[in-house]
Amino acid sequence: MSDAPEVRPPVVTPARVVIALCLFAPFVAMLWVGSYAKVDPTFIGIPFFYWYQMLWVLISTALTMTAYKLWQRDQRARHGGTK
Amino acid sequence: MNDGVNGVALAVFILFFLAVTVMGFLAARWRKAENEHSLDEWGLGGRSFGTWVTWFLLGGDLYTAYTFVAVPAAIYAAGAAGFFAVPYTILVYPLIFTFLPRLWSVSHKHGYVTTSDFVRGRFGSKGLSLAVAVTGILATMPYIALQLVGIQAVLDVMGVGGGENTNWFVKDLPLLIAFGVLAAYTYSSGLRAPALIAFVKDTLIYIVIAVAIIYIPIKLGGFDDVFGAASEKYTAAKAGGLVPLEAGQWTYATLALGSALALFMYPHSITATLSSRSREVIRRNTTILPLYSLMLGLLALLGFMAIAAGVKVTNPQLAIPQLFEDMFPSWFAGVAFAAIGIGALVPAAIMSIAAANLFTRNIYKDFIKPDATPAQETKVSKLVSLLVKVGALVFVLTMDKTVAINFQLLGGIWILQTFPALVGGLFTRWFHRWALLAGWAVGMIYGTVAAYGVASPTQKHFGGSAKEIPGIGEIGYIGLTAFVLNVVVTVVLTFALKAAKVPDGVDETSPEDYTADAGDPGVQVELPPATAGKTQ
Repeated sequence: MSDAPEVRPPVVTPARVVIALCLFAPFVAMLWVGSYAKVDPTFIGIPFFYWYQMLWVLISTALTMTAYKLWQRDQRARHGGTK
Repeated sequence: MNDGVNGVALAVFILFFLAVTVMGFLAARWRKAENEHSLDEWGLGGRSFGTWVTWFLLGGDLYTAYTFVAVPAAIYAAGAAGFFAVPYTILVYPLIFTFLPRLWSVSHKHGYVTTSDFVRGRFGSKGLSLAVAVTGILATMPYIALQLVGIQAVLDVMGVGGGENTNWFVKDLPLLIAFGVLAAYTYSSGLRAPALIAFVKDTLIYIVIAVAIIYIPIKLGGFDDVFGAASEKYTAAKAGGLVPLEAGQWTYATLALGSALALFMYPHSITATLSSRSREVIRRNTTILPLYSLMLGLLALLGFMAIAAGVKVTNPQLAIPQLFEDMFPSWFAGVAFAAIGIGALVPAAIMSIAAANLFTRNIYKDFIKPDATPAQETKVSKLVSLLVKVGALVFVLTMDKTVAINFQLLGGIWILQTFPALVGGLFTRWFHRWALLAGWAVGMIYGTVAAYGVASPTQKHFGGSAKEIPGIGEIGYIGLTAFVLNVVVTVVLTFALKAAKVPDGVDETSPEDYTADAGDPGVQVELPPATAGKTQ
């Protein structure tokens, strides 16, 4: 990060905005309890409240993974050649 | 409820227990480094763990035996409100994705072993670092005690030393043996012991959950019947329900958020994090650790199954072990009990190591013996890890179980108050050290007083962790309210102290330290593992 003569890329890039959204989305979904505090529709007999939150374990995992991949690409582009 | 000793289950339990004991002692030779008399070796496993070891270690560390017993127990007793553990563990990972890699980098660059080390280095304040260290130790002690409560629950159900009328020595002997063994191999092998045992623990847990979540509902006639029975029970008892009511939703959300913020303030979480080999290992782990959350969700559902299966226990903590005993053939019940028992040993070992590291680095070395050598540090840490465990044992044996639970509840509120100094410090040096200290103190006092004032049907004080939020009027998690107060005080005082030009201490870190990775100049590269293969 020291001897790069070229212009530094901007701090806020579309990729970084997507990363931020990926990390922020679970907070909105989970803290808005009113949106999922109900019994129907059930899934194999399990009330919505429970299977929805467990589904979000998978969704948030996918989102964090996306953020991770994007961040890796972002860092590689920035430190290209120095590593 | 105990109809004698369950011989087969006990035999299986003892078999597994012996196996992990042997592993615990052998662990000292696993990936042994040349210089074993340093705190990096004993207390952080040589900072050498790769993605999978870290995954098992963190999983074994965060999802403790007590979690396995307490989460379904809460569902069993109160229904939906107990499920907040799932959103809580969902929120943890995007959160740590943002700050843990920075902590890893700065800690590697400067050789920090604890969070207090970082706080001292960042803010140049021994007082603030002491506050963080003491909070960490105080919050960890009851947590270790609760692991013992977890083992006790299993032993109770197996019929070993159970009944209240047996003589205290016979009653507590199995627990004393378990803890003696745990203390001995933690002393000799350090963090390597729980890291190795975590493999066994998690494999067992995954097998037990997978079997339980398929086998038990089939026996009970499907999820429809399970939830039907649960719903009837809550309606009859006029307590709890299948979904949180409007009034309980604030509590649900604030508990999830507050607990998620607090989790990685605990010393044992940080110890497991810092033992990893690189930044990448941590980021990668945030994408695979949620597998444990899924397991926790399934496990929570066992609480409903216990109701449907007609498990009747006065102490909800016994609901799940009792469900296993009723539902499974004896030998598999033994496997399930072993999973819970070993599940207690892993976090107990890591917690005692973490607390010992805090004492050694931030109390012993900072205040008692500044010129301690690495070998002396290791020796003190080993001894303190023993002391911490003995303390937890005395706590559990002499006091009522509810005391440990109350303190654990307080511990969660307290540890959250170190968030501004630690996470704030990772991103900015703007906060003033005295403002952080004042904010911490306000948060600690408010949290303690508020928790003291919560009554429940069975207790006059410390009856729960939720209370009306001043100014909003909804019922919310006390820890989170205290945290908000803490931040407000910190910000206001920072403005004031900066305006008054009060000296702000020396920052020994520089901006690029926070993004350094293994292999960069100045980052300590670990001694290569001499034995055992690579782990990727």
